[in-house]
Amino acid sequence: MFIEIQELSKFYNTSLAVNKISFEVNKNKTLGLLGPNGCGKTTTIGMILGLVSPSEGKILIENKNINEFKRDEILRRFNFASPYVELPKKLTVKQNLEIYGRLYGVENLSFRINEISNDLDIKNFFNKKTGELSSGQKNRVSLAKSLINKPEILLLDEPTASLDPDIGDFIRSYIQDYKSKNKVTILLASHNMGEVERLCDSIIMMKKGKIIDNGTCEELIKKHGRNNLEETFLKLARSKDEF
Amino acid sequence: MNFNKIYALGLRHLYLIMNSFPRVLDLIYWPTVQIFLWGFISKFFTLNSEYYNNTVGVILTAAILYDFLFRASISFNMMFLEEIWSRNFTNLFIAPIKIREIIAALTLTAILRTLIGLVPAVLISVPLFGVSILKLGLPLIFLLLSLYLFGITLGLLVTSGLLRYGPSFENIAWASLFFLAPLGCIYYPIEILPFALQIIAKGLPLVHIFEEMRNILMTETVNYLNIFKSIIISLIYFCLGVVVFYLSYFGAKKRGTLINMGE
Repeated sequence: MFIEIQELSKFYNTSLAVNKISFEVNKNKTLGLLGPNGCGKTTTIGMILGLVSPSEGKILIENKNINEFKRDEILRRFNFASPYVELPKKLTVKQNLEIYGRLYGVENLSFRINEISNDLDIKNFFNKKTGELSSGQKNRVSLAKSLINKPEILLLDEPTASLDPDIGDFIRSYIQDYKSKNKVTILLASHNMGEVERLCDSIIMMKKGKIIDNGTCEELIKKHGRNNLEETFLKLARSKDEF
Repeated sequence: MNFNKIYALGLRHLYLIMNSFPRVLDLIYWPTVQIFLWGFISKFFTLNSEYYNNTVGVILTAAILYDFLFRASISFNMMFLEEIWSRNFTNLFIAPIKIREIIAALTLTAILRTLIGLVPAVLISVPLFGVSILKLGLPLIFLLLSLYLFGITLGLLVTSGLLRYGPSFENIAWASLFFLAPLGCIYYPIEILPFALQIIAKGLPLVHIFEEMRNILMTETVNYLNIFKSIIISLIYFCLGVVVFYLSYFGAKKRGTLINMGE
């Protein structure tokens, strides 16, 4: 198993944000993290990224506890993108990519920046300050930063939130294409059910810090007798039972 | 330590300065105003004070050295705050850079910001007031080293507060140096302080630095023991600052404040 989460919990003082969750992700597969706001998705991502220390439980990468890796050794294999996390606004797109490329120790950096910029069509605003970009442009730059090191594990937190349908589709198509050409394991937190159906091999559904169901999209839709993932999400989010 | 990563983080702040002329102007403006203000005060005291009457530029030299300390500390704080203001905090802390490399990068880059602000001010003090801090001679290097270490230590303590309490701790960043200034004996000898405060003041490197500065300028002799004492005290505080920073970092991980820390 590539990523294995075992009985992971997080308490903030007395409140329980994540409650003994366990799941696994196979190499080069995409797992969707679904759930209503405040269900513990971001805390879970934070724990995997080492931003939040778990109160209980383990995170294993290739059967090795994440705490046994050196910080820079393990983080070199990860990357992350979220519209809620930005790049320095006063720096140009090119400068930001250069700095993050250097921080991630990317070899042949100029070539990599050129390659990712062409792929994500960001070259025409390459010398513009990041703070002056539109939401769609910022998201593409953020995605470029998250792929600069060709991560083995990519964590995406609502990568298409607040984007128009055209740009949203561009991002989803790009991720789909990137997945098919590169070896990458993705954890995707999203509220866009169409996106989840399109990109994820399997999903886990969280509620109040717990995993209440998991499986492939088709399995969950069929299991809960609904027509699509959106209806399934609503049923699970509004129900009081575990499945 | 990976120097490429330290360089990358330094480059981030260098680009920030280079991309904005108003930012450079802001860095130069305040130290220059300080020089003008203290230059005139210094001139007045030189002409009218018995204590300072034979020594031109003691106050102005003290003002320059104090500003060096102030700029070093503020530069360190500002660079950390920039990451919070730009909502880049999460990206920085998930990058494969060790915490000690972050500290090293901020420490080394702070000197650049400090010098951008201070060098023009130091240069104008020569033709305008006839005062040059180079009159302190070789000991100046050690005095600056001690001041820089202490300035960075204050920066580390404030950034630790930012990690612990979030951006609301920002106001403390601005107030931190003013809090210590009275005990630093920057413009007056330590004997002016009440006895109890003298004991506390001696625990700070500032007293030893500024006492020695006055000693060099007024008696033209150097007491290297005083300078050595100030460096050792600064080093002890610096090590404590690093420990506090690490504790705050681990505390922030526990409290989850590293996620989405922003304005």
